[in-house]
Amino acid sequence: MQTKRRVFLKGSLAASAAGLAVGAGLLSPRAVLAADWPKAAFESESMDNALSELFGSSDVSDSDDITVKAPDIAENGAVVPVTIESGISDSKEVAIFVSKNPNPLVASFDLSGANPFVSTRIRMGETDDVTGVVNAGGKLYKAGKEVKVTIGGCGG
Amino acid sequence: MSTIRMRISPAGDVLDVKALIRHPMETGQREDKSTGEKIPADYIETMSVKVNGEQVMQANLSAGVSKNPYLNIKIPGKKGDEIKMTWNSNTGESDEATQAA
Repeated sequence: MQTKRRVFLKGSLAASAAGLAVGAGLLSPRAVLAADWPKAAFESESMDNALSELFGSSDVSDSDDITVKAPDIAENGAVVPVTIESGISDSKEVAIFVSKNPNPLVASFDLSGANPFVSTRIRMGETDDVTGVVNAGGKLYKAGKEVKVTIGGCGG
Repeated sequence: MSTIRMRISPAGDVLDVKALIRHPMETGQREDKSTGEKIPADYIETMSVKVNGEQVMQANLSAGVSKNPYLNIKIPGKKGDEIKMTWNSNTGESDEATQAA
């Protein structure tokens, strides 16, 4: 209980400080959110909501310049290797989504100082597309790859 | 011992950074089978990578990332650069590791 209250307190303090900064016209809302863990985006239960919370828009175009590598079949949904690479110029952010997971947003990466490449391992509840969304120059692009999941990896 | 294990391979002007972090990434959905109580959520929320003190990557993770998270990124750099990786969890824990390429 104690820890929960602490987290809440910290959250509300951060939120009010951010609110003040926005009010004063010092920062754009996106810049404020980028510094902190985007709680609302991660807690969204639909991919569109998560996109809006994370990027401020759910308007995404399909792109052949994004490569999503993942296995065709994952025997264990608890560990699914995923690699996302973007060939779009000015690619700055990469986010990984699994739309049928309880919370579709899995992770987001600000790769401003790195190459537009990220590889990690994620959990998948059931057979679904792994979607890589790339923010390049303020526009959103996506590509997906279907993974058949034999045993789901979100529950116990 | 640090929870972070890094392997850095310089290839031309790019550093291939692979990291393995020892962390349970508890979703908060699992039950302890002996007590029937839910195991509280415990996962890494943020990660950052700095090269010679300058931030090149910042990541937001969730319980949707597998236990013992693996991360591979590619950053411009050369042999001898100092790579520092940091993580912070929702429970307020954190760890960091620094390694020369």
